[in-house]
Amino acid sequence: MKTLNYRVVLFAFALIFGVVFSMPTLTQSDNGKKITLGLDLQGGLHMLLGIKSEVAIESRIKSIAASVKYIFEDEDIYFDELRMIDGEKVSFELIDKDDIKKAKALLKKEIEGTVLNQDGMKFILMMTAEEMLRTEQNAIQQAVDTIRNRLNEFGLAEPTVAKQGDDKILVEVPGIKTQEEEQRVRELIARAAHLQLMAVDEERIARVSTMGDAEAKSFADVILKDVNTEERYLLRAIPVLDGSMLTDAKVGFDQDNRPVINFTLNGQGANIFGDFTGKYIGKRMAVVLDNQVYSAPNIRERIGGGRVQISGSFTLAEAHDLAIALRSGALLAPVYVMEKRSVGPSLGADSIASSSLALALGFILVVVFMIIYYGMAGVVANMALIGNLFLILAVMSLFGATLTLPGMAGIVLTVGMAVDANVIINERIRELLYQNKSVGKSIEDGYKNAFTAIWDANVTTLIAATVLYVYGTGAIKGFALTMSIGILASMLTAIVGTHGIYQWILPKIDKNKLGFWFGIKTEGSK
Amino acid sequence: MEVFKYKKPLSLMSLSKRFGLLSVIVLVLALGLIVVKGFNYGIDFAGGTLIQVQYKGKAPIKKVREAIKTDKAYDGATVTFFGSENEVVIKTKMSSKSLGEDIGDKVRALLKNTGSFEVRRVDMVGAKVGSELREQGLMAMFLAIIGILLYVSFRFEWRFAIASVLALMHDVTIAMGMIVLFSIEVNLDILAALLTILGYSLNDTIIVFDRIREGIRTIKNPDLSAIINESVTRTLSRTTLTSLTTFFVVLTLFLFGGEIIHGFSFTLLVGVIVGTYSSIFVASPILLWLGFSVSGFRLKEAEKLKREKEKDKMRAMYENGTL
Repeated sequence: MKTLNYRVVLFAFALIFGVVFSMPTLTQSDNGKKITLGLDLQGGLHMLLGIKSEVAIESRIKSIAASVKYIFEDEDIYFDELRMIDGEKVSFELIDKDDIKKAKALLKKEIEGTVLNQDGMKFILMMTAEEMLRTEQNAIQQAVDTIRNRLNEFGLAEPTVAKQGDDKILVEVPGIKTQEEEQRVRELIARAAHLQLMAVDEERIARVSTMGDAEAKSFADVILKDVNTEERYLLRAIPVLDGSMLTDAKVGFDQDNRPVINFTLNGQGANIFGDFTGKYIGKRMAVVLDNQVYSAPNIRERIGGGRVQISGSFTLAEAHDLAIALRSGALLAPVYVMEKRSVGPSLGADSIASSSLALALGFILVVVFMIIYYGMAGVVANMALIGNLFLILAVMSLFGATLTLPGMAGIVLTVGMAVDANVIINERIRELLYQNKSVGKSIEDGYKNAFTAIWDANVTTLIAATVLYVYGTGAIKGFALTMSIGILASMLTAIVGTHGIYQWILPKIDKNKLGFWFGIKTEGSK
Repeated sequence: MEVFKYKKPLSLMSLSKRFGLLSVIVLVLALGLIVVKGFNYGIDFAGGTLIQVQYKGKAPIKKVREAIKTDKAYDGATVTFFGSENEVVIKTKMSSKSLGEDIGDKVRALLKNTGSFEVRRVDMVGAKVGSELREQGLMAMFLAIIGILLYVSFRFEWRFAIASVLALMHDVTIAMGMIVLFSIEVNLDILAALLTILGYSLNDTIIVFDRIREGIRTIKNPDLSAIINESVTRTLSRTTLTSLTTFFVVLTLFLFGGEIIHGFSFTLLVGVIVGTYSSIFVASPILLWLGFSVSGFRLKEAEKLKREKEKDKMRAMYENGTL
């Protein structure tokens, strides 16, 4: 007599596999792979950010202009009228005809991705189309890296930052406890952290109170306000140097024990800074962060070594966040929110509690119903159902999948639909038993007859689930995922597994007790 | 336990006209509702901001409304209880692009004097993302239907495919009508629920069709309505039982699953009921009306069988070396 068979062995393996690999998730132990809870269940911040890449182009032009200035001054090439046009080009005039050749060669060598147009002594330096595209792509990649660095340094567990599509950034930060903390995280992400050291235009600053932006521009100047006092400063528009030459930034304290940020410049930055401070002793230099003046001290002597300090009236938290932002570099282009979802941890916990309750109740209802209606056949179906649940958890754990609230709903729904295969099979077996077929034959033919229906029905549901997975976003993907895994797992547990169990226990099935085994009235042995 | 034990097939097809009429009436009502009243798009598709606030004790909803009103920017914002008396949801069409102080923070500031509260959820979707999501959703629906049409045509016959798709459109449309009738906000989860109904309704229909396909092959009587009657009667127990188990779990989800997935579970609840009805009373009669011919199908099947047999014969001859 056939006792153990490949089906029941397969089912046993599946069950062991399911139990073993779902354990790390169920016991929440740290060994082995676990299911991650979605932000809607554990609480956290989910954002889809867009990026203003045109700003990246503009700032690239700005830094090109700064380079031009530095190169010419360094090489003693006399020039005039250096300015930016429409945030796209740099124009300048040379004074000495003998410098043209040298200037052209220098610009070509030192500044990549640009073309130089000459009109007499007037020159226009433009970015090439490839350089613009590269700058845009750079900006988004740099934003992803920068935001990731900032969040990693901020100290929250496992933030996710990833590029989505061509021009979007997905940010997910679990474990945020309060709205205030969330706001701080958002500000940290948003911070351009664009540091500039700018020369004060000492010749004209006396007139700044009556000067407008347009007039300032005509002098190649810009008016910026003090971060605290709103005092207006007239500054040279092209900075002495910017944050790209910064190597480190740390929180420190000044004489009065107020938090300040000390930063260090790289070799080139230190040289430029040293040269500048040596040349402009007695004049003022402004430390500008995100277009706000933090301080504008007098230069008393040449400052070598490239160490600079930003003071302002920071709180310690502000200084801490600002130092992170400066260290991780400036955002080449500002980002903005396209979509934001934030869930507090208490709501997530409530969602877990209520959906677990629904899952447990639904499960009990189905299990009890199956036993009442089908007797032992119902018990067999329930074993498949339990196997199915473990398999879903195990597969999700192994893939490190994310369980969302709709995902929980998907599991609940799977419980309802997974017994479907067994209902179909049991009905088929009953039909054959009514026709007075032997128990063994009824089971074998019942499975055979039921198979095409179950197969076709599951495949069509899978088609719908797949489309949902591909086109769904975020939490909906989770729903499609759990449902798909549930359907696939039910093929194994409900069809193969239960079939194996029947074959295994067939010798024990008493054909006179069909009421106990299959929930139908026995009509005596035949 | 046995409930469905029919000695004779039920003559369901003789009732098909009555049920057809019922379906058409309900469909027209549903479509009318959708056109006249229209969907109440939530922030996922329309853009806007949703803020869920929980108070210690009963939420002072009047105070909340007044506090929100003090800022003109939130004209047209709605404040409603959410799930319990302790919680309110504030919805506005506004969304902000700024990462710094956003609408959630501003509303939090406005509510400062309304009592002790905790902001538990802030969802904000920009208008552009909303319309993108809507397009994506429609696309998903469309692709799912095409995929199903192709598969059912391949596994059954084109008339089966059309009948099953019509049946599922029937179900989805009625579910949509109910969504409009009960002013349920349409967000991404509702879309997921509709797609689930689509899958579920189809699942049901396929099981019945599978039995009809089997009946066409095995039942001697070539009268399609007799075959359908017998097939539907034989699957009636399964259809009802599975619907019952699914109904149980969806009902627990609806009752205990929490306020956030209320719309989702409600839509599923409607879908399970309508889907069951349609697989019994709608899908099969359509097959009848589309002029499905049993003898034609049998002829084709016989030909297919013959071709396969010939192929086997040729293969056998080839393997024996006689060809």
